[in-house]
Amino acid sequence: MPGAGLAGASLDAGALPERAAVHWRPEVDERSLRRSGRWWTLTTIGHTVPFLAAAILLIALKPVLTPIAIVLLIHAWAIPDLYAARGAGVLRPRGRADIEPERRALLLLGDLVGEPARACHARTGLVPERGELGTWVVGEAGALLIRPGASRVNCYCVNATGSDLPAADRIAHLLLALRCDERGFATVANLSFSGACWRLRRRLRPPHRDALDVARRTLAQP
Amino acid sequence: MSRLIRLDQTGHTTLAEWSVEDPRAFEDAVSAFREELDRGMFAIASLPDGTAEQITELPFDAPTVILRRPIAGG
Repeated sequence: MPGAGLAGASLDAGALPERAAVHWRPEVDERSLRRSGRWWTLTTIGHTVPFLAAAILLIALKPVLTPIAIVLLIHAWAIPDLYAARGAGVLRPRGRADIEPERRALLLLGDLVGEPARACHARTGLVPERGELGTWVVGEAGALLIRPGASRVNCYCVNATGSDLPAADRIAHLLLALRCDERGFATVANLSFSGACWRLRRRLRPPHRDALDVARRTLAQP
Repeated sequence: MSRLIRLDQTGHTTLAEWSVEDPRAFEDAVSAFREELDRGMFAIASLPDGTAEQITELPFDAPTVILRRPIAGG
C-alpha cells in the first residue's frame, strides 16, 4: 500500500503521515494560502487582460472587426471559467458500491458528524466541516476550502487510495484526515482551482451549490 | 465499550471491541491494530468532541479508533 513506504520521514507528532510523500511541498498555512490566492488572481488577469485589450483595440481601430473582438471577449471569459470547471470537478461523485456497503458506510459517517452536516450530506452528498483555515466542503474525491470572508474558494483534489470504497467511506477518509491535520491535508491535496466563489458556484451542480452556500453561511456564524 | 473499526469495501468492519473490565479483549485489539498498521493502514482516534488524532499506539480509553487507507492528491 502507498502508506507502507513512508516510515522514517521526519514529521511532527500528530501530522498526517502522507505528508512524507510530498515532503518537498511547504506546509500550507494562512500565508501560503494568501500567496497562492494572489498568484491565481494574477494568472487569471494574465489570461484575461490581453484578450480584453486586444478586443478593445480592434474595435477602436477597425469597428468592422467587432465580430473578432467578440470572439476575443468570449476567450477572456471562457479561460477562467474552464479553470473553475476544473475546480468544480473535485466534487464530482465517483462510482457507487452495492447498497449494503453504502448503507454501512453511511452509518459510520453519520456517527462522525453532527446533525447539520448529516442533513447537508443527505441533500447534497457533501459534508461541511469548519476548520482553522476556513470552512471545508468534503466530497468523495476532493474538498473545497471556503476562506474567511467567503469570497475565495480553493478546490483540492484528494482521495483515499483504492477504488472499491463506498462513497460515504471515501468522505469519511478525507474527513478524518482533515480533522487530524488540516494544514497537512491541504498540503497533501492538489490545488486545482483558487478563485471567486461566484465563479465556482456557476460551475457546480445544483446540490453542490447548496453545500457551498451552507459552508459560506457557517463561516458567517461566530 | 471501545471499538476498533476499519474503513473498507464493506462500509466498515469492527475488528475488535474492548472495555475496562476485559484486558484480554484489549490485547486482542492491540494485535489486530498492529496487524492493520503493518498492512499500511493509518489509525485515527475519533474523539467525542468531534476532533481526531493520528495515533500509532492503541489507546486503552479511546471510544473509537478508526483505521483508514492513505490519502493522496488526485
